[in-house]
Amino acid sequence: MEKGNGCCFSAMTSNPTILVLVTIITVILTRVLYIMYQSGKPLHNTAPQSVSTLIVLGSGGHTAEMLNLLSMLQKDRFTPRFYIAAATDNMSLQKAHLMEKSLVDMTGGEALESAQFMQIYRSREVGQSYITSVVTTIIAIAHALWIMIKIRPQVILCNGPGTCLPLCVIAFLFKVVGIRWSSTFYVESIARVRRLSLSGLLLYKLHMADQFFVQWPQLQKKYPRAHYVGCLM
Amino acid sequence: MGDTDDYIKPVRTVFVTVGTTCFDALVKAVDTHEFKRELFARGYTHLLIQMGRGSYIPTKSTGEDGSLVVDFFTFSSSIADNLRSASLVISHAGSGSIFETLRLRKPLIVVVNEDLMDNHQSELAEELAERKHLFCARPQTLYQTIATMNLESLLPYTIQVMLQQLLSL
Repeated sequence: MEKGNGCCFSAMTSNPTILVLVTIITVILTRVLYIMYQSGKPLHNTAPQSVSTLIVLGSGGHTAEMLNLLSMLQKDRFTPRFYIAAATDNMSLQKAHLMEKSLVDMTGGEALESAQFMQIYRSREVGQSYITSVVTTIIAIAHALWIMIKIRPQVILCNGPGTCLPLCVIAFLFKVVGIRWSSTFYVESIARVRRLSLSGLLLYKLHMADQFFVQWPQLQKKYPRAHYVGCLM
Repeated sequence: MGDTDDYIKPVRTVFVTVGTTCFDALVKAVDTHEFKRELFARGYTHLLIQMGRGSYIPTKSTGEDGSLVVDFFTFSSSIADNLRSASLVISHAGSGSIFETLRLRKPLIVVVNEDLMDNHQSELAEELAERKHLFCARPQTLYQTIATMNLESLLPYTIQVMLQQLLSL
């Protein structure tokens, strides 16, 4: 009897907390689903204006592809531009700097002032042990968060290096919380013909990329929400 | 003797590049006697190897005995000039070297490094080989590829942009 009473009592007292919890979870879930549903809609309202753009560079051909893609886009629309590369990667920012400089030479304008270059910690270097990589991953995520709070870009352009993943996840969370509504454009590397890269697969499956582009028709067939953009290299 | 000295053979260079990788299997494959003999028989006069981080050192040759001239280096800030002056390029499967070579309209053999852990690189080389923009080989099949290849069968590569897709960006 007593036990039964106690059970009833505790159920009654915890009921409001459960109710609140369920409500909160439902609200968050609805918000996440709403964001996922809203993703992929083009930037109607900002179309004529320039948008602050975060460009993620990476080694192994990624940077060459990204700079090549940028050369095809209207640069005045994607202004200001923030270039980001891994702290251990010296070449990528140098190449981006060269490209921005040639832009200034071409237009004679002050384009370089609208470009910024920054480095980001990587969560794991090749050959690093798993125990230390837990610590470095936390540092890398905190650093990515700090950069994203500072820049709050309207557009993120990335094409597959591992460094783009935390940035895209943070951009998605910003949308959920309502800090900043941004669009993530993901262009899978031309080296991916039959299978997506790990970054690409995760962003595709989690609906985190607003526009997802591939450079081979057979990949588009496999991933129907992707757009075939042609071979850009 | 004077007759043969006056006759200057046009320089036709085969340029081998491994990029920033370590790809000893490729350097070894081009450093064999039969491979060099085959190149010479096909009218190539020079073999220049960019060997990257590899530890295998190929044998140099000045070609005084009427054979292939062989030289090598580890890195260079830009291989654009090497590619431009080459008659045939043999490259690792990195997308940078592949497209730089194709853009210069040079005949290309891509050799896939099978020792790499994440070997997604072979996808690109095989797809472009299927579209006849290049030949795709492995270190152990490179000699066979050189011996049987027909450069006339290669088609030029062009960038393909779906403009309306790109403009939606």
